[in-house]
Amino acid sequence: MPYVMVAPAMTFLLVFTFYPLANLVYLSFFRYNLISDKVFIGLTNYRNLLFVKKDFIQALKNTALYSFAVVFFTILLAILFALWLEKDSKINRFLQKSMFTPYLIAMVSTAYIWSWMFDVDSGLLNAALAFVKLSPLRWLNDSSLAIWCIVIVSVWKSLGYYLLIVLASLKSIPSEIIEAAELDNTPWLRKFFRIILPMISPQIFFLLITITISSFKVFDSVRVMTNGGPGNATDVLVTYIHRYAFQMNMRVGYASAAGSLLLGILMILTVFYFRFAGRRVHYQ
Amino acid sequence: MHSKYTGFKLRRLAVSGISFTFKLFMLVLFLFPFYWMIVTSFKTYGGSIVFPPTLLPHTFTLEAFEQVFTRLNLWNYLKNSVIVTVAVIVIQTLIGVPAAYAFSRYSFKGRGIMLALVMAAFMVPTQITFITVYIMMSKLRWLNTLLPQIVPFGASAYGIFLLRQAFMQVPTDIIEAARLDNAGEIKIMTRIMLPAAKSSLMTVTLFSFVGSWNSYFWPLVMSNAEKVRPLTLAIERLKDQDAGINWPVIMAGNMIMVLPVLLIFLLMSNKIISSMGYRGIK
Repeated sequence: MPYVMVAPAMTFLLVFTFYPLANLVYLSFFRYNLISDKVFIGLTNYRNLLFVKKDFIQALKNTALYSFAVVFFTILLAILFALWLEKDSKINRFLQKSMFTPYLIAMVSTAYIWSWMFDVDSGLLNAALAFVKLSPLRWLNDSSLAIWCIVIVSVWKSLGYYLLIVLASLKSIPSEIIEAAELDNTPWLRKFFRIILPMISPQIFFLLITITISSFKVFDSVRVMTNGGPGNATDVLVTYIHRYAFQMNMRVGYASAAGSLLLGILMILTVFYFRFAGRRVHYQ
Repeated sequence: MHSKYTGFKLRRLAVSGISFTFKLFMLVLFLFPFYWMIVTSFKTYGGSIVFPPTLLPHTFTLEAFEQVFTRLNLWNYLKNSVIVTVAVIVIQTLIGVPAAYAFSRYSFKGRGIMLALVMAAFMVPTQITFITVYIMMSKLRWLNTLLPQIVPFGASAYGIFLLRQAFMQVPTDIIEAARLDNAGEIKIMTRIMLPAAKSSLMTVTLFSFVGSWNSYFWPLVMSNAEKVRPLTLAIERLKDQDAGINWPVIMAGNMIMVLPVLLIFLLMSNKIISSMGYRGIK
């Protein structure tokens, strides 16, 4: 009986998740463009990715910078806002709700709205800069600024969700512990670092993993806002893989190798977090 | 003594004043972009590019919306989005609920491995598997149908995992009692387990809804004809057909896409917020 119940789910997962994954790693050792026959070329795709062509390393660097910035700012702001909005009041609840709204909206929509605000000629942000007598910026058209614009949009979109998670974990701290600290007149900073932070560290750790993984998979916002440009200043791993798989003569084998590397990176990060941070996390 | 007291009071007043001002600022930061989308969509093209920008349209017009409907066969995109979203939610529920039930209530050979596979599947990004799933779909000749946007999402690892957690909370006594009353497995599932796991089921459904409705990358890859593309891909067409970017038209298209999600959120925001926060720490 239980087998009948799990069989459909397991079949779907095997056919549409695990088989494609295995096939991807397999194809990464071939030269293959969907039309001509596969040719086994060993590790050539990987060598080209890592040592011959420069564009993959550029995309990897962009993705790493983007991910690091998103993880850092999202977690920092989520903790700060959670501490600030912890008290249950009307305005705090309304603010939490408002901050959560962008999380449910499509990344594509968010990206279009912000592209419009970043617009160089008639965008709202440049109008605001002009209003305070500052010179306009080129935002998404500026190769060093563009990636930060995408970081801002990502943080803006998902901060409200992560804020809710941190808030929920703050509420789960037993009130006796906080009260005891208050009776002892523990300074605020010390209270935070010695009591609150260790108590919510499992959730922060969970956020660290989730946000890193989702950041490495960034695609929609980049595709809509810059399409990897200017030049390849915002080219990230998934736009790179997508481009090689579907636009550059359908180099499927090469794109598969890039996909396998992304998978490897995600696995290493996950293991690393569990090994390294896991030890220092306080579990109740 | 007295002055010290008022000084303290003043400082607290100042702190809460600053805090309140900053809260208002945050409200603007998070809500204004939506306001700006709405206002822009009611402006004329000329009205959208005047300097300084106006907070309200100079001439209120539905021109942008008319353009969206004349330039695109919007109903087609809307229909695709609705079909894909509904189909994904229905199939995921039909497949996920029994699986989650079995994982929570039975011990059987291979259960541990299968559970581990579900967890692993949760970690595998579609942004990688799309290459080989695409090959599969093109061999099946499904790329000009909606199937590639529905079928690969038949089983949601996240949904199974979350529902299993919820089912495990149901006391065993209740199920034993039902079994003694000769209730079948299906009856136990629909009459006892599902009502008990209502809030988790809602979270899972909400995530499926938002995930399918908002998905962009997957349909971009898995469709080779306009007639099978969803709303998220329609807006791009509004951009390509014009020489300069006509922002009111894009914002109008955007609004049509965002509205259903915003409405659902407005109607049940309290429920959604509380289930999100709770789910997060589980």
